[in-house]
Amino acid sequence: MAKMTVNPEYCKGCGLCINACPKKIIAFSENINDKGYHYAECIDQEKCIACKMCYLTCPDVAITVEK
Amino acid sequence: MAKILMKGNEAVAEAAIRAGCRLYFAYPITPQSELIEYMARMLPKVDGCFLQAESEVAAINMVYGAAGAGKRTMTSSSSPGISLKMEGISYIAGANLPAVIINVQRGGPGLGDIQPAQGDYFQATKGGGHGDYRLIVLAPSSVQEFADMASLSFDLADKYRNPVMILSDGMLGQMMEPVEFKEPLTDAKIEELGKQHDSWCINPNVDGPGHHHNEINSLEIDPNVLEQHVYELDRKYKLIEKNEILFEEYKVNDDNEILCVAFGTASRVVKSAIDELNDEGHNIGLIRPITVWPYPYEQIAKRITAKTKLVHVFELNLGQMLEDVKIAVNGKVPVEFYGKVGGIVFTPAEVKAKLLEKL
Amino acid sequence: MEVIATRPKSLTDLQFTYCPGCLHGVAHRLVAECIDELGIQNTVTGVAPVGCSVFAYKFFDFDMAQAAHGRAPAVATGILRARPEMQVFTYQGDGDLAAIGTAEIIHAANRGENMTVFFVNNAIYGMTGGQMAPTSLPGMKTTTSPYGRDTNDIGHPIQVCELLNTLISPYFIERVSLLTPGDIVKAKKAVKKALTYNKERRGFTFVELISTCPTNWGMDPVESLTWAKENMIPFFVPQMFRDKGAE
Repeated sequence: MAKMTVNPEYCKGCGLCINACPKKIIAFSENINDKGYHYAECIDQEKCIACKMCYLTCPDVAITVEK
Repeated sequence: MAKILMKGNEAVAEAAIRAGCRLYFAYPITPQSELIEYMARMLPKVDGCFLQAESEVAAINMVYGAAGAGKRTMTSSSSPGISLKMEGISYIAGANLPAVIINVQRGGPGLGDIQPAQGDYFQATKGGGHGDYRLIVLAPSSVQEFADMASLSFDLADKYRNPVMILSDGMLGQMMEPVEFKEPLTDAKIEELGKQHDSWCINPNVDGPGHHHNEINSLEIDPNVLEQHVYELDRKYKLIEKNEILFEEYKVNDDNEILCVAFGTASRVVKSAIDELNDEGHNIGLIRPITVWPYPYEQIAKRITAKTKLVHVFELNLGQMLEDVKIAVNGKVPVEFYGKVGGIVFTPAEVKAKLLEKL
Repeated sequence: MEVIATRPKSLTDLQFTYCPGCLHGVAHRLVAECIDELGIQNTVTGVAPVGCSVFAYKFFDFDMAQAAHGRAPAVATGILRARPEMQVFTYQGDGDLAAIGTAEIIHAANRGENMTVFFVNNAIYGMTGGQMAPTSLPGMKTTTSPYGRDTNDIGHPIQVCELLNTLISPYFIERVSLLTPGDIVKAKKAVKKALTYNKERRGFTFVELISTCPTNWGMDPVESLTWAKENMIPFFVPQMFRDKGAE
């Protein structure tokens, strides 16, 4: 079991986590946060392997990874 | 204790060490190299940190850092080097940091020469660095006074969290006079002083409710916050103006025909001329500002009586403190001026001749 | 489930003011993680520069100083000499360190000051809107080199690690990059080593971190990673220059 969560208020929609995720399970949300960014979110937690690539590349420390 | 015959540059260094300065950063420049050399020899003996920085710019920034860490710290230089420090001084003032800067003035502008002058008065008292800030500026006129100003500077700097400048000159830096020093502060006292700023300075932290996030900083990007910060500085400066003016009256009385105003080395020459003239039956007095910021405007103004023909300013420059005297006199009587530039000090005979012209 | 990666304690809760995709945030996080792991949060202090990371003093949850442009190594020297029991680092960009601050970095390194310098190199001036930096590449178009950096006129980019490596005193010098997750893992090792040496009072430690500037390079964040890999890495080659601790 593994899970990645994005804190929408920190996310600036830069897309680096989406680019880094080897399982391609992160995508921009339809929703926007207070600053107007389409924040990133996990679209298939089942496939998360807690590799932490998303966490490593996130420049806003918006991501928490659990295992 | 007994008096020691000492050169001004060395005397102030010794006095600074006795006043608890254990962090000194500077760059050599004539005519104050004896100061830095004295610190190089003597600071290590008290486990102090002496560091010859790569430039005056680096030195003032080291002072900013050490002051930000809450410790008594000092730098010294001469006119061209002080110009280099102006950015750092503005940052120190903007960040509310205590620090002592000594300027042993020489002829300018530019590289000028290495002889004594008073051409940095504007720079010291009217800015020099950018923004609305004030330096407390002390102007000694003897080696003893120069030395005494070391502890006074540190005390004022700590009291107000403000940079303080000792505005000396090459004459005072180089000449030798008898000095009596204060007892050195004890290690315990210095340690106590080193803790006085712990509420705001950079110092080791703790977890939990006592955890501090102190910022040594002069940036306030929100204009409303910067506005309040600058008004805070202003409140501080008004307090200093109210409480810290120092000046000397020499042969001042209600019957003075001429009131002279001079500071530093120039004032000593003026005193000699006054002595001679008064012996010959004249009545001339001198007001000598000791703090040139805050300036004794009122103290000068109230010494102008019905008998005062004029106020005469004597300086080793083209007329800088002159402007402050004009503000003080406010048109009540004429203000005359005699200045000497090029790093040359006028003689008592010259001053006497100028005063006689006006009598 | 347990949390295996989250916001380090040594960062405040403030959202970083950096542009989307700017790798300053990654660098800050690495520094904060290492400070947490080394247990030095209560004895560490840093000096923020002038540049995009001027607000670094707000982002780290310990005492910080902000320095005039280029002067951070001198400010850090003052703090360190006043409080030798603390770990001091500076965090500087390419204008701050390699233009106006050239004297200060060389001399702090040369004195072997027990500090760590984090040099974030993205070959451009971000904060002021995209002007040329001492590390801008030949032909690179910036707002002050609109026709491309002309090396005949203003010379070549400066390789700071190589420059500092000519000095005898520095203890540890490494260049890393922040472009891929693998790079970031390596970068963290360098940051950790530098801060460990700092804690052990071994001397001057320096880490150059190759970074991006999507906004002023005129690219999106993912494109800027590619550009950096193709253009910056060949010239600013990530490598260990010196590690006296490994001798």
